Amino acid sequence: MADIADNLKTDTSGIALWTRGRWVTVILAVAVALTLLRYGGLLPDALHRIPETMIPPFATWLDAFFNFVKDDLGLLTLTRTLTEGLEWLLDVTANLMFGKRRWPHIGPIPWTAVAGVAAVIGYYLGGWRMAALGAGTFIWTALIGQWTIAMETMSVLMVAAPLAFFIGLGLGILAWKYRAVNQAIKPILSVLQTLPFFTYLLPAVIFFKVGPTAGAVATTIYAIPPMILMTTLGLQKVSPEVVEAGNMSGCTKWQLLRHVYLPSARTEILVGVNQVIMLCLAMVVLTAFIGMPGLGAKLLAMMGSFKLGRSFEIGVTIVLLAVMLDRMSKAWVVKQPEHFERDTPWWRKHVFLLTGIAVFIFFCIAAQFVPIFAEIGRKQNFSQGKEIDTLIKGFLALDPVQNTTQTIRYVLNVWILNPFRDFLLSIPTPAFILLVVAFALSLGGKRPAIYAAIFFGLVALSGWWDRSVITLYSVISAVTLAILIGVPLGIVAARSEKWSQRVLLACDTAQTFPSFIYLIPAIMLFGITATSVVMSILIFAMVPLTRYTIEGLRTVPPEMTEAADMAGATRMQKLLKVQLPLALPTMAVGFNQAIMFAFFMVIIAAFIGTQDLGQELQRTLAGTDLGKNFVLGICVSLMALTFDLTIMKWATDRKKALGLPD
Amino acid sequence: MTADTVISCKNAWKIFGSNPEAYLKSMPAGRSFDEIRADGYIAGVKDVTIDVTRGEMLVIMGLSGSGKSTLVRCFSRLHDITGGSISVEGQDLMSLSEKELIELRRSKMGMVFQSFGLLPHRTVLDNVAFPLEMRGQDKHTRRERALEVVKLVGLEGREEYFPRELSGGQQQRVGIARSLAIEPDIWFLDEPFSALDPLIRREMQDEFLRLQGMLGKTIVFITHDFDEALRLADRIAIMKDGAVEQCDTPDQIVLHPATEYVRKFTEDIDKARVVRAGALARADNAGEGEPVDTAASVHDLARLLVQDSRAIIPVASSGKVVGGMDRTAALDILLGAG
Ligand SMILES: Nc1ncnc2c1ncn2[C@@H]1O[C@H](COP(=O)(O)OP(=O)(O)OP(=O)(O)O)[C@@H](O)[C@H]1O
Ligand SMILES: [Mg+2]
Repeated sequence: MADIADNLKTDTSGIALWTRGRWVTVILAVAVALTLLRYGGLLPDALHRIPETMIPPFATWLDAFFNFVKDDLGLLTLTRTLTEGLEWLLDVTANLMFGKRRWPHIGPIPWTAVAGVAAVIGYYLGGWRMAALGAGTFIWTALIGQWTIAMETMSVLMVAAPLAFFIGLGLGILAWKYRAVNQAIKPILSVLQTLPFFTYLLPAVIFFKVGPTAGAVATTIYAIPPMILMTTLGLQKVSPEVVEAGNMSGCTKWQLLRHVYLPSARTEILVGVNQVIMLCLAMVVLTAFIGMPGLGAKLLAMMGSFKLGRSFEIGVTIVLLAVMLDRMSKAWVVKQPEHFERDTPWWRKHVFLLTGIAVFIFFCIAAQFVPIFAEIGRKQNFSQGKEIDTLIKGFLALDPVQNTTQTIRYVLNVWILNPFRDFLLSIPTPAFILLVVAFALSLGGKRPAIYAAIFFGLVALSGWWDRSVITLYSVISAVTLAILIGVPLGIVAARSEKWSQRVLLACDTAQTFPSFIYLIPAIMLFGITATSVVMSILIFAMVPLTRYTIEGLRTVPPEMTEAADMAGATRMQKLLKVQLPLALPTMAVGFNQAIMFAFFMVIIAAFIGTQDLGQELQRTLAGTDLGKNFVLGICVSLMALTFDLTIMKWATDRKKALGLPD
Repeated sequence: MTADTVISCKNAWKIFGSNPEAYLKSMPAGRSFDEIRADGYIAGVKDVTIDVTRGEMLVIMGLSGSGKSTLVRCFSRLHDITGGSISVEGQDLMSLSEKELIELRRSKMGMVFQSFGLLPHRTVLDNVAFPLEMRGQDKHTRRERALEVVKLVGLEGREEYFPRELSGGQQQRVGIARSLAIEPDIWFLDEPFSALDPLIRREMQDEFLRLQGMLGKTIVFITHDFDEALRLADRIAIMKDGAVEQCDTPDQIVLHPATEYVRKFTEDIDKARVVRAGALARADNAGEGEPVDTAASVHDLARLLVQDSRAIIPVASSGKVVGGMDRTAALDILLGAG
């Protein structure tokens, strides 16, 4: 019975598979032939790379288009007007959080008051542990001397997150209500979700001024898509009978939405809120690249000048903030309303609100008398930046450590990465495209193959082929390494319930960290080198791989493994013949995420100094090269989409074939 | 249709599927449920013609999936019908504008749902007061009224609970209370007592009978429970595969089942408890002696039927003789041979 999975494997209709397989072979053969011709020096240059002269000036066209929209259609005036409203909001939060000299001139709020309120909210949502997390995060931030920069970040977050929430909610409702809107929005959303974040940044800068405003706009737009999806999902899931009850109660359309649909979709909407907050945090840190001050900018500066101690401290702050925001908003999702006994006095019903206000006022007043409650000065903080720096650098300088890192670096670079990169670059463009098409065809079938051909064809036409290939090379090599580490880790962890839980928790937590954080350990170990890029992508991509491996293995129906046990399969046989094949579709979701994460990270890591699209993208930020910025961004997006479409198609097909739930 | 017809349903169809209107238009007449299903459509309601008069309690019965809930949803226009017409209080439902429909529901209709349909984020009290709130009643009045009906369904002390903190039966009572709060003229009850224990169930039945008797409510009631149906029904409609097989008084249904299906369906009922003297009375021969009441069931008359020796026993309605009952026929029913 150990061959259950084998049977399942071959059950997809044989004939279709045979022709598909033959196509794949033919395409592969052509690709190999082209490459060999090239190596033999027989392939004309025009077939190796598209000649410069044949590349359409997409960037110029886009620039012309943007200029038209910007100036002739007056979009710029519109956005600059919008900017003013947004700027005003940002000034208010900036004044409150870190005392920027703007209306209403009452800030900054003492750090103790913020920490106190965070503790009360934490207690309300999740008891003492959450209270400690809330207060602890802010106390740490203040004591380590990062209060102002953290609040700079928070003040943007406080504007961007609610904005993204409301826009996402509104669009989600429209998409749910009108089919046409839904169909228009869907493809845009899937592109938006694969678009590298740099592509969000430059338009924001051009249309909304440099600094916090552009940062807030980019952050908002970045966080909208999941909110739209969650809103639509939640509204669709409202039980029809609840809606009918609303109808029979004589609700108007608006009343139905307000009193029936939205409250009933509470859970999904709050999950959306959680995602909005987390994406906002991830993005707001990255807006450092367009000069927005705050934690991200500081981290960027510190990493740039290789100040590892301070980088580490800022990293901890960002992680703490992320974990706190994530845990609290998740606790909010599961917190159900509880009833009060009748005749409970009103102050008891609102005890948390009242305590919160009391704590806030108490610390505000106390701060007037005890300066340290208001602000922790430069000399008073506990930052150990220098000490940690020396410590880390001392550690890295130890012979064994240095030997190890250098060996890894050497082996990776000289034996694996560089040869692989050179090999990829040596393949003629048409052959490369054919390879990708063959991959998409064999996994996903005709549609993904066609998309792959079109998408990679466009990339070739964009004129950024070599850099695209280098981007792809970083992604592929990092993900492959991540698979080699992450999957076995998942397999081992999945053996015991206890370890599964632990590793899943770790993965969950790690996924909430803004991607920027992953650069820190890589830079610490390997300095500012190409190895660090691969390493940071590797760590980042490992998280979903491990996670989905565990989930895939643990959701294998017990009957199947029991059947294998009864057939006398060894542990290894069981794993290879039953569990892994059945878990593979779920694991594929993990591969897919890993690849998406890798594309994301490779662009961020560009600032370490790579030769891929990311670096060009980053360069465009300095200028106003909107057209080029878009072309580059879309190249990344097209490559990512190809993988996304192919792998997801394969996973759903497999799940269907295996009779697994989605 | 008489002046007292509240709901008038003529050849109503409700078909589920991708393009039901076009399908119904092109469908040859007399297509059966299974044939329709083979075409990829489900006939939820199949050519139903039925009138409900004012103050009547119509009970709909039928197996699971026979279309009971769908029919009632068509009556309240929660479903738009695919063909035919339904009018309520003389207004054609399908031609009502949204505003008129809302007005009709607010002023006339109430419904209890099979799976309760409670709003998860509202307390018991707020759920019950919800229709009142939609009608724009002020907070104080609706609270008072809600408290009253919550008490009536025996949920006093749980006003501030949320639905998920209640048992199934308690949730169902919240649903009942919500529809009681507005005292609608037309009541749709979709298995309203299915989750209640026998004691409360009986109390609730009494409450509805009381309201109906006192205020002349029109009630359409779905149940799977024959005892309940017999206790409440003026008429019973039996559905199969979306169509109404027979709609008649309980006696007529057990005495003269219109189809084989109805006969099977009513087979296990103790007919003696259902059939009343009135149904057996024949005007041509009144017999003589002490009359029995039309409303007395054969079961009630058991002793008399066995001991009496008259061949024909007169039957009277409020003192006036309306006809005679054949004693042997009545005895047959009592002994289960009818
Ligand atoms: N919204 C819908 N879409 C498609 N089919 C439906 C829909 N609602 C009901 N049906 C179908 O219509 C038929 C009748 O369903 P209905 O809910 O009216 O049955 P019922 O008699 O109330 O059954 P029960 O006693 O189980 O409540 C069923 O076959 C059901 O699958
Ligand atoms: Mg039903």
